[in-house]
Amino acid sequence: MSESTNTIETFANQEYKWGFVTEIEADAIPRGLSEDVVRLISAKKEEPEWLLEWRLKAYRHWLTLKEPEWANVSFPKIDYQDIIYYSSPKAKGDGPKSLDEVDPELLKTYEKLGIPLQERAILAGVAVDAVFDSVSVATTFKGKLKEQGIIFGSFSEAVKEHPDLVRKYLGSVVPASDNFFAALNSAVFSDGSFCYVPKGVKCPMELSTYFRINAKDTGQFERTLIVADEGATVSYLEGCTAPMRDTNQLHAAVVELVALDNAQIKYSTVQNWYPGDKEGKGGIYNFVTKRGACRGVNSKISWTQVETGSAITWKYPSCILQGDNSVGEFYSVALTNNYQQADTGTKMIHIGKNTTSTIVSKGISAGHGQNTYRGGVKILKSATGARNYSQCDSLLLGDKCGAHTFPYLEVRNTSAQVEHEASTSKIGEDQIFYCRQRGISTEDAVSMIVHGFCKEVFRELPMEFAVEAQKLLGVSLEGSVG
Amino acid sequence: MALLEIKDLHARIGDREILKGINLTVNAGEVHAIMGPNGSGKSTLAQVLSGREMYVVTGGEVIYNGKDLLDLSPEDRAREGIFLAFQYPVEIPGVSNMYFLKAALNTIRKHHGLEELDAMDFIELVKEKMKIMKMDQALLNRPVNTGFSGGEKKRNEIFQMAVLEPKLAVLDETDSGLDIDALRVVAGGVNAMRSPERAMIVVTHYQRLLSEIVPDFVHVLAEGRIVKSGGKELALELEAEGYADLYDEREAVGKV
Repeated sequence: MSESTNTIETFANQEYKWGFVTEIEADAIPRGLSEDVVRLISAKKEEPEWLLEWRLKAYRHWLTLKEPEWANVSFPKIDYQDIIYYSSPKAKGDGPKSLDEVDPELLKTYEKLGIPLQERAILAGVAVDAVFDSVSVATTFKGKLKEQGIIFGSFSEAVKEHPDLVRKYLGSVVPASDNFFAALNSAVFSDGSFCYVPKGVKCPMELSTYFRINAKDTGQFERTLIVADEGATVSYLEGCTAPMRDTNQLHAAVVELVALDNAQIKYSTVQNWYPGDKEGKGGIYNFVTKRGACRGVNSKISWTQVETGSAITWKYPSCILQGDNSVGEFYSVALTNNYQQADTGTKMIHIGKNTTSTIVSKGISAGHGQNTYRGGVKILKSATGARNYSQCDSLLLGDKCGAHTFPYLEVRNTSAQVEHEASTSKIGEDQIFYCRQRGISTEDAVSMIVHGFCKEVFRELPMEFAVEAQKLLGVSLEGSVG
Repeated sequence: MALLEIKDLHARIGDREILKGINLTVNAGEVHAIMGPNGSGKSTLAQVLSGREMYVVTGGEVIYNGKDLLDLSPEDRAREGIFLAFQYPVEIPGVSNMYFLKAALNTIRKHHGLEELDAMDFIELVKEKMKIMKMDQALLNRPVNTGFSGGEKKRNEIFQMAVLEPKLAVLDETDSGLDIDALRVVAGGVNAMRSPERAMIVVTHYQRLLSEIVPDFVHVLAEGRIVKSGGKELALELEAEGYADLYDEREAVGKV
């Protein structure tokens, strides 16, 4: 038995321990990956020929690639032939029947996060038919968007209803051949989100995948494509602060953003996949390729992420600043506790004139967590007047964790201005005691100090998300001090 | 009933026994000064009373307000009204002084079943206290003690005490590092807090603080024990004669 099977099994056993019944689904295809599997996935999704060709091309390219080894993370080798690449939406009876069957620890976490009761059931994977009225909420929501001409829905839906748009932009930012995990995703992606905001339209609300959590099991190879046409503005929220139950260990998602002239896209993520247990067993491998292209003049793409989950995070939301005066931003909080590992950062590629980028990265390490910031700023010859400001701060809790910073800089235009600041600090026992002597509990003290540390990033999050993210950090760090 | 009763208190840090049998009774309304040479255990006593975990209590008991103090966590001691003005106030970057103090006040209020104050009510409350301590509004918005001068840190401690209104305040070398003007401001703040309901333990190395904060009782700590107690005039005696005599006296009776 290979090591990866071992890990996956450990994870599966955990599920069992928590009262999940793992049955082989009737509509699952055999383990492993081949051209036939890619064809089968495409057929099951009733995809057009061009998309199948696109997938096959990606698959053939993937075969020539090697899993990247440069990231500052270590994990047992993944056996790609041991993964089931397609399974139909989960049948009822798969998950726990009611909240009584769900791990009480998980429920406690939900309670601490202040998640409404009905939603807890969905998040815990309880098989519920039509769950409360979120369906109608989603419907009203879609109607409002439609009035403005905004397209927002699942990727599969978009392939059927707006094939021209999908075909025009799919792979235009992250080519299928981009990297090992992006190629894998391109070959086998299950579903995801698609959003198109037409010319001059300012999306009237935050778009959130949250509205779709119970709609479909998006699975482990998610694909997201967001296009903001000229003068359009959109803010998109990915994920959810609650720890989502998921049996898939490998997650390889791709997100592509396209901003045309004067368009703005704000993409916020809270990632809280299962991080593994206190001993570092199990947990999600989150290997994600996220990239935005500021194609038009004065366009702006802003990434904000709060990463607290996953056993391993490998993720670099980046911006290609092609249009003159375009702006790229990256605000990140990455937390690693217990045995979590994160190698995350961004890449800002300045091509257009007077392009500006800002990077603010906050890494928090606790327990045996290893946190790496990896950032690249590339200023091409054409990027006259380009400016970049980078700030990476690390906060350590305890003395068994680690923080690492790898900033890469490449400047080919002498008129560019580039600034980099970095700091490392530690939450001290004396700080905690000082707070406790004023009546503040250890838990609140840590959360207060960590929040202070992350303030600049939280400020960038939509208000409600920011409140949730703060609570989430508190919960994720529980027991890490004292 | 005494507010604080310390009986035969022993404590160590690592393998070193520092407190070797402290006995002290403090009633509400009283100000007690603890004096003594460096290394006599003054700061240890302050830390033990506030529950610092690196100090291990090896014997004796401490009754505070009818409760077994040693049974309470540091935060519960604070909520029950014990305040330690730190000798070295700790910097907490990123957390504003105002946010910190509001959080502290509200946990204490909550503990006593009182409603939590919102930002507006809180500002109202602290305005008055700021005047007494000659605190600049700007200090409230800055991160806790971060980049504060030595004097600002000490003033901030007494300002916090004024807002939190403890039953028992322990001032650990509050005069250290202060020039005479700063000392007067700090002492003025402390004196304004004196009340029949509140007791204070003032730990200091020098008499000069005690001419500003005049104590009701003075105790001399040496090598982990209170070797002499008296009224405020004892401080003056010590100032004149130094601590050296204490050792001589004890050596003479073979106590070392």
